[in-house]
Amino acid sequence: MEKKVLTCIGCPMGCTLTVELEGNEVKSVEGNTCKRGDIYARKEVTNPTRIVTTTVRLKSGGVVSVKTKEDIPKEKIMDCVNEIKRLEVDTPVKIGQIILDNVAGTGVPVVATSFR
Amino acid sequence: MMKQCDLVIVGGGPAGLAAAIAAKKKGIDDILIVERDDRLGGILNQCIHNGFGLHTFQEELTGPEYAYRFICQVKELEIPCLTGTMVLDITPEKIITIMNRKDGVVQLQAKSIILAMGCRERPRGALNIPGYRPMGIYSAGTAQRLVNVDGYLPGKEVVILGSGDIGLIMARRMTLEGAKVKVVAELMPYSGGLKRNIVQCLDDFGIPLKLRHTVVDIKGKKKLEGVTLAEVDEKGKPVPGTEEYYSCDTLLLSCGLIPENELSREMGIAMNPVTNGPIVDESLESSISGVFVCGNVLHVHDLVDFVSEEAKCAGENAADYIQGKLSKVERNPVFVEVEGGIRYTVPASVAPERMRDKVKIRFRTGNVYRDCYISVYLDENRIQRKKKQIVTPGEMEEVILEKTKIEENGRPGKIRIVLEHK
Repeated sequence: MEKKVLTCIGCPMGCTLTVELEGNEVKSVEGNTCKRGDIYARKEVTNPTRIVTTTVRLKSGGVVSVKTKEDIPKEKIMDCVNEIKRLEVDTPVKIGQIILDNVAGTGVPVVATSFR
Repeated sequence: MMKQCDLVIVGGGPAGLAAAIAAKKKGIDDILIVERDDRLGGILNQCIHNGFGLHTFQEELTGPEYAYRFICQVKELEIPCLTGTMVLDITPEKIITIMNRKDGVVQLQAKSIILAMGCRERPRGALNIPGYRPMGIYSAGTAQRLVNVDGYLPGKEVVILGSGDIGLIMARRMTLEGAKVKVVAELMPYSGGLKRNIVQCLDDFGIPLKLRHTVVDIKGKKKLEGVTLAEVDEKGKPVPGTEEYYSCDTLLLSCGLIPENELSREMGIAMNPVTNGPIVDESLESSISGVFVCGNVLHVHDLVDFVSEEAKCAGENAADYIQGKLSKVERNPVFVEVEGGIRYTVPASVAPERMRDKVKIRFRTGNVYRDCYISVYLDENRIQRKKKQIVTPGEMEEVILEKTKIEENGRPGKIRIVLEHK
């Protein structure tokens, strides 16, 4: 039985989580104070994911803030950011507007998080 | 005749917006939000990372998205705002002098005022860093604005001094933008930021965090060329022989936030030297009657959700004050005292006669403590005790004081918030 100690990033509480693993199978999660912590721990030891936030250039100059609509695999973070970096979008941009349908082959869209 | 206004709110960031919405919903129509920037939302506009709103909306939003939800409500409720407008002066009689390009200098007489000016970063000048003053040294928040709002990357090789949340967030942000963040140095033996930010901003990208380290030299006359870090002893003094040189073109400073209280001081409000914010009572009312305070100008928060919650209370109490519902009984509050390593509380006092059913008391400790209890006493009578695995200066704590408990006990001489160790 392997034990892993994590800090939950589900919310700012930052609970210390202890995960018991047998091979790739999660046997137990302890230390979480909510359901989010259990979900995070199981994901983090098998397939860690993150929501990515960055900015995209505007053709008119300046940038607008964007995010992946859902969390994407952690190892895709730099691919995701680099793909967004190559884009230039037209103004006006509305909050929630889809900027990119499928970032870095994850199937997850990138959406604007502010107005420009 | 001078223009009159029931409620003037100084600042259109998260605190000002939530306070305005709360006051309006309590029946105050004559409100004016005065904002210095050219748009509402305050610092949230440049905080493009996610993690905001879990408490308020049960979902994770980015800063601009969180602000947008409040800005929409302000617009729906038709609350008047003046952006691009600076408050120059407030008198104890609540005469407010404001200035903007369109109207010039204007004076207003308010019935009540809510101070929601937020905070600013501790600048280099306050940090005692020796060495030259070349270009390439920014506060983390300045770099955040440059990258996220203006679209400029300040540099390619970065060292960050201070592990406050903005510094941690910027370590990740600069990395994503293609810069190499070499190290984050923290003077204290613990991080000043949230644990989750250490995980997802540093650990995820293999950025080292050096605790008990500081910058002892800055190299470069015109442009920053590098910095020397050294370990510090328990007294914060650099240990000779531990110096390490890092070449870099950018040094970001994330060494604490200071409430922005020039206006409060000038109007003569009593201040708390620990928080650098006004002293307030259970209604978030300052030493000047009818002047309420909320958000980071009162004390620096970790979470915007708690700012919004606090600001809602301030807005509701200001509304009660204007409508004559906030009892003005001669002030004879019960003071809140702290023991065991707690540095301060907000509020600093509670008047049982006018408190609502529940009052939240927020505070920070001065050090990291493990396996301890947070207890609340009315004089010697313990009414609450909560076990904590860990408390740290970087994370604000709170207790909820119930009016019924005070009534059962009888009016105490003092309320004590005690950190009890095993």
